[in-house]
Amino acid sequence: MTTAKPRPAPLAGSPKPFPPPNRPLRVGTEPILVNGAQSLVRSLEAVGCEAVFGIPGGAILPAYDPLLDSTSVRHVLVRHEQGAGHAAAGYAQATGKVGVCMATSGPGATNLVTPLADAHLDSVPVVAITGQVPRALIGSDGFQEADICGITMPITKHNMLVTDPADIPRAIAEAFYLASSGRPGPVLVDLPKDILQAKTTFSWPPEMKLPGYRPTTRPHGKQIREAAKLIFAARRPVLYVGGGVIKAGAHQELRELAELTGAPVVTTLMARGAFPDSHPQHVGMPGMHGTVSAVAAMQRSDLLVALGARFDDRVTGQLSTFAPGAAVVHADIDPAEISKNRHADVPIVGDCKEVIAELIDAVRAEQAGAGGLADLSAWWRQLGDWRERFPLGYDWPADGSLSPEYVIERIGQIAGPDALYVAGVGQHQMWAAQFIRYERPRSWLNSGGLGTMGFAVPAAMGAKLGLPDKTVWCIDGDGCFQMTNQELATCAIENIPIKVAVINNGNLGMVRQWQNLFYDGRYSHTDLGTHKHRIPDFKLLAEAMGCVGLRGESREQVDGVINQAMAINDRPVVIDFVVGADAQVWPMVAAGTSNDEVMAARGIRPLFDDDDAGGAS
Amino acid sequence: MNRHTLSVLVEDKPGVLARVAGLFSRRGFNIESLAVGPTEVADVSRMTIVVAVDELPLEQVTKQLNKLVNVLKIVELEPTVSVQRELLLVKVRTDATVRSQVLETVQLFRAKVVDVAPEALTVEATGTSDKLAALLRMLEPYGIREMVKSGMVAVGRGPRSITAAAVR
Repeated sequence: MTTAKPRPAPLAGSPKPFPPPNRPLRVGTEPILVNGAQSLVRSLEAVGCEAVFGIPGGAILPAYDPLLDSTSVRHVLVRHEQGAGHAAAGYAQATGKVGVCMATSGPGATNLVTPLADAHLDSVPVVAITGQVPRALIGSDGFQEADICGITMPITKHNMLVTDPADIPRAIAEAFYLASSGRPGPVLVDLPKDILQAKTTFSWPPEMKLPGYRPTTRPHGKQIREAAKLIFAARRPVLYVGGGVIKAGAHQELRELAELTGAPVVTTLMARGAFPDSHPQHVGMPGMHGTVSAVAAMQRSDLLVALGARFDDRVTGQLSTFAPGAAVVHADIDPAEISKNRHADVPIVGDCKEVIAELIDAVRAEQAGAGGLADLSAWWRQLGDWRERFPLGYDWPADGSLSPEYVIERIGQIAGPDALYVAGVGQHQMWAAQFIRYERPRSWLNSGGLGTMGFAVPAAMGAKLGLPDKTVWCIDGDGCFQMTNQELATCAIENIPIKVAVINNGNLGMVRQWQNLFYDGRYSHTDLGTHKHRIPDFKLLAEAMGCVGLRGESREQVDGVINQAMAINDRPVVIDFVVGADAQVWPMVAAGTSNDEVMAARGIRPLFDDDDAGGAS
Repeated sequence: MNRHTLSVLVEDKPGVLARVAGLFSRRGFNIESLAVGPTEVADVSRMTIVVAVDELPLEQVTKQLNKLVNVLKIVELEPTVSVQRELLLVKVRTDATVRSQVLETVQLFRAKVVDVAPEALTVEATGTSDKLAALLRMLEPYGIREMVKSGMVAVGRGPRSITAAAVR
């Protein structure tokens, strides 16, 4: 009998502390008589939940009654459940705590599907609480009935339908624990209406029953030593840093490891800010729109040390030609990510914070044994050459229109590294990842895995609610903005003063770019009319929503309107930046092609040119 | 592609089968056979899943299965070190002229007749899928009116128990 990868036994002290350290848990509550809804709200209070984004409706109605009396849980009434889900994700990504959203059964619950899928792909700790039709009606196609557990099964870390009111505290405790521990993710708790109305008892803490859930956080010592040997021996190493480093709070350890080894660091779209952009060892963001230096560094590397990253197709390009000469050390808390896309020569399962801390000790031991550092000077000469020859940059549009890159760059420079930047999906997202300098973790929020247009406004709202003292800039496109801008009304009424920069190029810009590059410039259905007809007029729209509406249309106006927005802190601000439609995101690796074909700009392929000249090793 | 037999211990909770089956289909794996039933431990069910899949994707599907919160343990059972059985019920067209021949075949395979009618016999047989396939080949010429086969169940040889270690 062969055992197929049994789960490692839990190590003493290995599970993450629950609840997260910043949340005092009220312990030892004597059982008291309550109804299910009161039990739910008390459970949320006990688990340390501060904010719930949601909309009431028939089946969840009982839960809203005790919510009115809660002094520690703030409910934010959103305008669409999708907004509630993204707000919970924004709150979670900004604060590191669990984000909570609430919706009624049927359409309320199905409107959460997109944000749950989004949180699932980006490993964001979110708990969704949904009402369900009464138990007796389940399966009868009752009014507003949807099998939300069935629907969200593949897009949640776990979900549960509560069938006994006595189970509510346990379900909530388990949901928060599952969402925030191991590889974080969304968890949905479905509560039939009659459960919320039923008499039950509440006591805290409940006993969690999760015999099948034992995340491994402590790495294996032997693997760490193997990895350290490879790191020390490598001559062209790259630290390939993913979002897991931010989630694990391992940025300080990362910096120490980077400085100890002298290796270059690339930060993926999900990891922007995990390592300071200003650090000399940072060579940029890898991937489809990454810097040439980051893409080239991985392609020519002899060792990739992947830390909390998952070899996504947007990073690897064509997998078969990705980093052909590199050995791979892959550290991740999710064993299923290791060797999923690229074979790992040294797999390490564990929490990035512990993994990197142990790597530091092991690399030190290697260095002490060998009497010094590995010589990476030839590698740095090569990296320096790429950086120098192919820096990030942009040209001003020939038609005299405003450059979108310039607008985004100026926002970053004026608001500075202390602000939070939240992007939608598309060209503006890539420019915001490229042209804003990130110096600290959790300062950059976006929808990386699912690529959810409309993420930005509600996520910025959630982030600002979680961190009210921070300046939160939502950088959105005119396409994205029209999907979820109704939450501006929420921001205005709930006093959540976010700042929104609509990078308005009048088009679904990224799709238009592809149509320009791959469809002969046939612009099929990408013109939104926000330029031609100015419908909607975003300045007026903002004002109608109770925000300050501003507009910037020329280079001269940019700083002025940004500074104006920075000065307003009592209301949300929206700036309509009318920018050129033809700006494109460069560098680019076209979908499905090899990273060797990275184009610094249209027709310029640095790595091919290198190979022709025999320049690359 | 090789056939692999996975024994999956799961919490006996609503929706577990859908989670497991959904995971296989979502990741593009075809389940050849599936059997679910209780174990000697209360609240723990055992699924025996046969999949045709290469080594590497099997590792991936096993890891993904392990991520399901309700999955307690996964063990691959190699045919050489486990007992693997399926159950077959088959209704064979039989009149008086061929009945004795059919009964002879049934005896050869150590199967048994569980129902008799003037024009048909119902045969019950257990065994590996190879043995049951051979039996069906022998019965086919008489005419098979109806057949039903269970998913495979399997248990490792020797004294060890996979449930003992999984459940506390």
